[in-house]
Amino acid sequence: MSTPMTGPVPPDHPAHDPDPNVETASAIARGELGDPALQDSLEQGRTGGDGSPVLEDPVLTVKDLNIVYEVGKGVHAVQDASFVLRRGEILGLAGESGCGKTTLAYGLNQLHRPPARITGGSVTFHDRDAAADVDVLALEGSALRAFRWSKVAMVFQGAMNSLNPVLSIRTQLGDVLTTHRPQMDRGERRRRSEELLELVGVDRGRIDAYPHELSGGMRQRVMIAMALALDPQLMIMDEPTTALDVVVQREILQEVLRLRRELGFAVVFITHDLPMLLEISDRIAVMKQGRIVELDTAENLYFAPQHPYTRRLLGSFPSLTGDAGDFVRAGFSGADQEATR
Amino acid sequence: MTTLTVTDLHKSYRLRSGARVTTLQAVKGVSLELSPGRTVALVGQSGSGKSTIAKILAQLERPTSGTITLDGAPVGTRGRALAHYRDHVQMVFQDPFASLNPFHTIAHHIERPLLLHGRATRANLREKVCELLERVNLSPATSFLERRPHELSGGQRQRVAIARALAPEPTVLIADEPVSMLDVSIRLGVLNLLARLQREENLAMLYITHDLATARHFSDEILVMYRGEVVERGPADDVILNPQAEFTRQLLIAAPEPGNNPRFLAEAQRRGVPMPDHLALAEENS
Repeated sequence: MSTPMTGPVPPDHPAHDPDPNVETASAIARGELGDPALQDSLEQGRTGGDGSPVLEDPVLTVKDLNIVYEVGKGVHAVQDASFVLRRGEILGLAGESGCGKTTLAYGLNQLHRPPARITGGSVTFHDRDAAADVDVLALEGSALRAFRWSKVAMVFQGAMNSLNPVLSIRTQLGDVLTTHRPQMDRGERRRRSEELLELVGVDRGRIDAYPHELSGGMRQRVMIAMALALDPQLMIMDEPTTALDVVVQREILQEVLRLRRELGFAVVFITHDLPMLLEISDRIAVMKQGRIVELDTAENLYFAPQHPYTRRLLGSFPSLTGDAGDFVRAGFSGADQEATR
Repeated sequence: MTTLTVTDLHKSYRLRSGARVTTLQAVKGVSLELSPGRTVALVGQSGSGKSTIAKILAQLERPTSGTITLDGAPVGTRGRALAHYRDHVQMVFQDPFASLNPFHTIAHHIERPLLLHGRATRANLREKVCELLERVNLSPATSFLERRPHELSGGQRQRVAIARALAPEPTVLIADEPVSMLDVSIRLGVLNLLARLQREENLAMLYITHDLATARHFSDEILVMYRGEVVERGPADDVILNPQAEFTRQLLIAAPEPGNNPRFLAEAQRRGVPMPDHLALAEENS
């Protein structure tokens, strides 16, 4: 679609408070281009400020999860994945295409389809509202359907394809409520839908709009609103911002961080954009060929990456501020080697 | 060699919603010059008019007003004159999954432009195709000839698209977000390939992107677009390190960059270490 749909960031947007005193020296070098709003949300998230979102008790425990695609000789897409996700924590899942990160995420609420099959391991959900833990892999039928959106919600990649183009936003948000909250009447559904839109920063007047009337960023906000409808304790976000440009991406990320702080859900955030993941995650798991090769805090991963693959991933992003000379040399010497081969 | 000059380009689209007709000004008075051996980067948000400019330069769209000249002469817009223009100006599209025809083999994709632009004869066709594939690092070329696009990875497909664009031996290459659909681990490889080809062929290149980091490292000049207008232009390092326009600063703030993030800067201080240079480290280890 070539029609420009994304509105500009309003100049008075708090996230982009301009510095009126532009000087001649490099603004980045002086460290003035850090993002104050994002910083605040991270800071409060991390240091246990008001209503610290990261709590010590776990929301999800994954142990030795194995998922195999039963085609040909079988593809072992996820091998012995284990991690504990704490309440309110953002866990980043990084790795290149085909490394199994989406398969792993789908396995967490049994969204994988044949020929994919879980061959071993366990996924345990520690419900905030119930005393007993839930063995997710044992769920089936209506229990599984009830579990899926109300406890663990998903935001899929590419809002263009996940919203139904012929139904209005109101109908699609209402669908979630009709299915999971059958006792709600029409008026209540509408009120809740409007409330959700407002929560993600979309004007409630847009409730009767169709997906094609919204910009890419707004569609992704609607997807997030839909995921929030039942107040889930865990959100799985599969490349939610990959199709968006950097300015809109940053707005969406800030929205996710704010909502996490207000509502206290945990997030599994899947992307191959490691710099972005570093900025928003508490901890990051790096996956390679179905295995989690490194799992650590964002800080440790950035300053002291252990696995060679993590180092390689980190090294594949040119830095905005780094010395251009270094990069161009590295890039061109690599190209020269290729050329002379 | 050839210089492509664009002067005061305007493009507007008519939008109709019901009985109301409005005009959307996608490009408002943009001028730029693409000269041999230089890369110009066009950066901006979605909908800022970057791709419209690319389409106009590739003559897939007509400008509403403004002139395009090739070495000072107005460019042809139809028939033989257009064919001549396409000898000189070629484009690499964003999505290598959509820009290659799934019914045709890789060889077919490269043969067509070679024959249409008279760069090969039936006799030396195969040889020329292999040569092009080798130049974009698809080797051994013979193993790719009979394959179809779905058998290739995203990076390989984009290399095929680049080989196809190079087949008519253009002097100007327009790359519209050539790596944004690719996996990060192979982006650098494709960009390095473009940079190498540009040097070898002394190409004039327009690199369209919203990634400021690669714009800085792969281009000589950066043009920042906002709502159809160029709000800032200048040498790459100046624009990135010392942005003047408010919108450029917004773009810089929004770009994911742990190296700028106060959280990581503070952590470096706490640990008493400098900010790591992962790129240099990766180079050392390789």
